[in-house]
Amino acid sequence: MERTSELAAAEGLTDADLVAMYRTLALARALDERMWVLNRSGRAPFVISGQGHEGAQVGIAWPLRRDHDWVAPFYRSIATCLTVGMTPRELMLAQYAKADDPSSGGRQMPGHYGHVGRHVVSVSSPVATQILHAVGIALAAKIRGLDQVAVAIMGEGSSNQGDVHEALNFAGIHKLPFVFIVENNGYAISVPWERELSVRDVASRAAGYGMPGVIVDGTDVLACYRASREAVERARHGGGPTLIEAKVTRLTGHSSDDQQTKYRSEADLEEGRAHDPLPIFRDQLRAAGLLEAATEAALAAEISTLVEDATDFAEAAAEPDPATGVDHVYGDPAASEPPPPWQPERAAPRGPG
Amino acid sequence: MASRTFIEAIREGMADELRRDGSVIVLGEDVGKKGGVFLATDGLWAEFGDDRVIDTPLTESMIVGASIGAALNGLRPIAEIQFADFIHPAFNQIVSEAARMRYRTVGGATVPMVIRAPYGGGVHGALYHSQSIEAFFAHVPGLKVVVPSTPYDAKGLLRSSVRDEDPVLYLEHKKMYRSVRGEVPDGEYTVPLGRAVVRRPGRQLTVVAYGLMVHYALEAAERVAGEGIDCEIVDLRTLRPLDRDTLLTSVRKTGKCLVAYEDNRFLGYGAEIAAIVAEEAFDYLDGPVSRIAGPDTPAMPYNHILEDWFMLSPAKIADAIRKLAAY
Repeated sequence: MERTSELAAAEGLTDADLVAMYRTLALARALDERMWVLNRSGRAPFVISGQGHEGAQVGIAWPLRRDHDWVAPFYRSIATCLTVGMTPRELMLAQYAKADDPSSGGRQMPGHYGHVGRHVVSVSSPVATQILHAVGIALAAKIRGLDQVAVAIMGEGSSNQGDVHEALNFAGIHKLPFVFIVENNGYAISVPWERELSVRDVASRAAGYGMPGVIVDGTDVLACYRASREAVERARHGGGPTLIEAKVTRLTGHSSDDQQTKYRSEADLEEGRAHDPLPIFRDQLRAAGLLEAATEAALAAEISTLVEDATDFAEAAAEPDPATGVDHVYGDPAASEPPPPWQPERAAPRGPG
Repeated sequence: MASRTFIEAIREGMADELRRDGSVIVLGEDVGKKGGVFLATDGLWAEFGDDRVIDTPLTESMIVGASIGAALNGLRPIAEIQFADFIHPAFNQIVSEAARMRYRTVGGATVPMVIRAPYGGGVHGALYHSQSIEAFFAHVPGLKVVVPSTPYDAKGLLRSSVRDEDPVLYLEHKKMYRSVRGEVPDGEYTVPLGRAVVRRPGRQLTVVAYGLMVHYALEAAERVAGEGIDCEIVDLRTLRPLDRDTLLTSVRKTGKCLVAYEDNRFLGYGAEIAAIVAEEAFDYLDGPVSRIAGPDTPAMPYNHILEDWFMLSPAKIADAIRKLAAY
């Protein structure tokens, strides 16, 4: 029989839902940590991390209808992608840039997730472009009479781009079924928020576009869930767009090529670690009696198995074949420029070492 | 058959596609009630309504970026950029996003959309209403670039562009909108992308052109015909994908190649044509592959004397033909 604690009932969720949310958060963290190990041991040239953002990501993505609503995420969205249905194997295939990586078949850097079936819009590196894609998706949903909601997600650094202004203005004019998520971790790589934002809260800018701006504590998974559920339902029922700003912390450097101790004080980093959503949510569930020792141990074992499996699977997966390098430039292969005549038609597969 | 101006053919092409396919929409600045600053979309809003003919704010990046999203979610947008000169705020969305979506999703996500943009000078448009922008975009794998020169092609190529599964930049020389007229069939027809056409057969020298320059090249060819120079005019029609066969067949026959383009010369589209001809038809050439193009100033000046100095003309092309023919 399904148990419902007071904590779950207050959100209209079940205990199983809350444990599943925690599992997704913890799985995202474990995969992310493994990616760093792979990087530091020389097996992956690059990693970009969602550590510190996962609580907001799980809470915010939870109310979305899987394979129906759309997400245009960014390069820290590992927990978002898991929540909407991407698998650990799929994420690790992207980390290893293998041929069967559903995000890009090894064409893109790690962290640039995408999944056609899951309605995850392919991430690119020039930041904030995806907000316009989500707005266009929402426009199409409205014109076609579909009850889809489109969500765009980015950091507060990216939120300063001009595309954001153009997108929010248009979404506001047409009351599109659109939700804009800003995961504000206080840093645009090395630049602190005081030097990148003219106001304390990105959410205050929503007023200029005629939409609600909501600030939520990104370490509070259930608060994020509540804010998102309300915005998603409003969007779905013709109430127009919402801007949600989740205050989060960035536990790692910007990427594996960044050393954040150069520009962040130890006190600042310590403060960040105190806002790690993983132990906070775990303690919340423990206090509600949802994570007994046996449950927690079983989850930890399952997550460990999933991470090992995803790593082994991706490591063993086939590399992309250079002969496919000019595929998918156009729908019609004949439209592609021919490769230079002096290039071998099929390059020899790279051996070990 | 009916006689149509260039812009009427474009308008009819859009109207036909809007009628044929409910997933086609038109969006851009002033495209609605006003019908566009050149009236290319005149009457479409009245027939198809607010949902399918959408006036946008002055936001070129949004026009293209939202079209990408709409295309990902089942629509076929025709996005109008009011002047090609104003397309640059959308450069990132076109080059980094639209053109790469198919490649970076290994064929999973496609962006069937058309970006229409009036380009070109000789209309007293100065630095910011006269530019040729094709070289920036023809450089980009994943993007198709179409430049029609006749009303027949304008309509047929527009239909093909709307039905194509890849993003197409469709460039309309604004000086041709009302000055060029031609026969356009009433019924359904298309002109395939990626096929050039020989507009004038000749034996001694190939002139390669597109858009307005096709008309100037034809006029130049008539001027030199009386002097015993027999030119063949190749109208590329689609800059990317390029129809190499028609280009190279012509040059291998005539042995001489002149490329005429209105853009400034350095690294213009003609440079690529010259390189391909040099690489693939070298043994057939009996003169230097040559270019006649605009001067290398930042853009076209306004004053009419300066504008004439910048613009190619039949006389300038005829001079370039004579010089090359003398080899």
